[in-house]
Amino acid sequence: MNLSRRQMLNLYRKMITIRLFEEKIIDLYARGFIPGLAHLYIGEEAVAAGVCANLRKDDYITSTHRGHGHVIAKGAELKYMMAELFGKKTGYCKGKGGSMHIADIDIGVLGANGIAGGGIPIAVGAALSSKMRKTDQVTVCFFGDGASNNGVFHEGLNFASVHHLPVVFVCENNLYGISVSQKQHQAIQDISIRAVAYSMPGISINGNDVCVVYEASSKSIQRARAGEGPTLIECKTYRWRGHHEGDPNQGKRYRTMDEVEEWMEKCPIKKLEEKILGEKVLTKAKMNKIREEIKIEIEGAEKFANQSPFPDAKDIYEDVFVS
Amino acid sequence: MRELTYAQAINEALMQNLERDERVFLMGEDIGKYGGIFQATAGLLDRFGSGRVIDTPISESGFVGAAIGAALTGMRPVVEIMFIDFTTVAMDMIVNQMAKIHYMFGGRGKIPLVLRTNIGAGRGAAAQHSQSFHAFFVHIPGLKVITPSTPYDAKGLMNTAIQDENPVLFIEHKKLYAIKGEVPEEYYTLPFGKAELKKEGKDITIVATHAMVSRSLSVAEEFAKEEIDIEVVDPRTLRPLDKDSILRSVKKTGRLIVADEGPVTCGISAEISATVAEEAVEYLQAPILRVGSPDTPVPFSPPLEKIYIPDEEDVREAVQRMKAYL
Repeated sequence: MNLSRRQMLNLYRKMITIRLFEEKIIDLYARGFIPGLAHLYIGEEAVAAGVCANLRKDDYITSTHRGHGHVIAKGAELKYMMAELFGKKTGYCKGKGGSMHIADIDIGVLGANGIAGGGIPIAVGAALSSKMRKTDQVTVCFFGDGASNNGVFHEGLNFASVHHLPVVFVCENNLYGISVSQKQHQAIQDISIRAVAYSMPGISINGNDVCVVYEASSKSIQRARAGEGPTLIECKTYRWRGHHEGDPNQGKRYRTMDEVEEWMEKCPIKKLEEKILGEKVLTKAKMNKIREEIKIEIEGAEKFANQSPFPDAKDIYEDVFVS
Repeated sequence: MRELTYAQAINEALMQNLERDERVFLMGEDIGKYGGIFQATAGLLDRFGSGRVIDTPISESGFVGAAIGAALTGMRPVVEIMFIDFTTVAMDMIVNQMAKIHYMFGGRGKIPLVLRTNIGAGRGAAAQHSQSFHAFFVHIPGLKVITPSTPYDAKGLMNTAIQDENPVLFIEHKKLYAIKGEVPEEYYTLPFGKAELKKEGKDITIVATHAMVSRSLSVAEEFAKEEIDIEVVDPRTLRPLDKDSILRSVKKTGRLIVADEGPVTCGISAEISATVAEEAVEYLQAPILRVGSPDTPVPFSPPLEKIYIPDEEDVREAVQRMKAYL
């Protein structure tokens, strides 16, 4: 598939935004501005950007504990994300959710999720709802290789296939469920073969090549939108950081430095930059300018988060129920 | 007025909601052709079709989760879990997802979902089809827990549950499905958090739920002959709980028995007892007594199961003990 210059530029902007946002989190987390857990998406940017570039604003996604990339790609505003990560009242969830629960129904983000696989049945239900309401909305369900062993993966795919629902299951196989390698946690290499059991198409693709991700998800999303049912896409990728920012030695207890470096060589952003330069979509100087613009936006988000107030004590009792 | 069974009253509520609101749909195991294990959905598939009355795979996390996703995106699902025992295989969806989404998302998104299920032993169905752990769900902030004891309440509370913008656990009782009572034909709602004073009395308060309500009422009749005047209060909803009505009654009688079919330890009776101890201890003239199930799994053998189920005999025994303080 030949992407237009404009499409490539948009993908590039999204991927750089995700990368620089996450790099900022590393710094802010280390300096104690961000409490709790932060599971970073660095190294996997091509998946979120490539998939979400095919979605409309009214389409839905369900995300995971490693969700910053998905929600940025679906159109979330950095300042509200950052404020949420700081636990501030101005954040997406008024500081009640944090990194693992960012949601904005208005842009179709049905929530990151702290439970591995937790979003899978919810995505299936959103797709069921679209079908019942006779809209042509599509739901994309992100999850990892670890979640593919959970019962809800099988329950969700089964339900979606029985009802031919407009949902695309995107498995980000980053080779580890926290510290347990794929070899240790499942006896298959290609998770996409599990699609056969649910009578839906399944493909395994290079998750570090945004053009490949874009093309595969474009077909699956169109298929879902046309009422032809669900697809399982497995994107082979890798997380560069530890499971979360507090992971001892950033995940070097269970991975070799050689392995990490090998995957850093396959950087999805570097790959796209080579293509962009090769096809003369942008010059090096233009690329740097884009980076600078995004850095300024992220600094603005940080400033917004810093200057925002924490929730008031009385806020603890708000939003338990819809009143 | 015409009479319906408890199951028919629920059926009628579901039917009227399916008619009134196109966002309402039903999902569950064997709710279609089979009509639901206790026939609460009988006839609804024929009337509304398989697009709105959906027989699911045996896949509780899958379809409860799907109901959450549907509710979050504008639908109003009513899900049946065949026995409360089976909620355990969907616990992540109930406890971590539906109960928390609205709060965790800072008020964004809502889950107007009704999860119907039932408690109660007495059918020889043994330890995995007879439990009464409804109190567990009251322990989870973000869930409303409804416990109707009559056909009239079942219909009115179901209508309210389907209108509610929050996840509601609608806990029915197996031994009540066949009981009959007067139920208006028209649509009506009953408020959550409003107890019903089933019988006035001045000596002892019995706060009773589900099947324990009628059991307590019949024991109250017996003791009336001895001129012991028992008041029976049915909370009808456990969250929200009508504390005021319970406290008002206990302040009047000075004596409290709580009768609920769940295991006594950490049950709703413990919560009600603690509330009274915290807020009205100075009115108490006797120790609080609890009537409930023993701390054992539900046994299969009929004589054992009979011992297991809290019945009139257990309520009577509690009143006898309390007589010492009259």
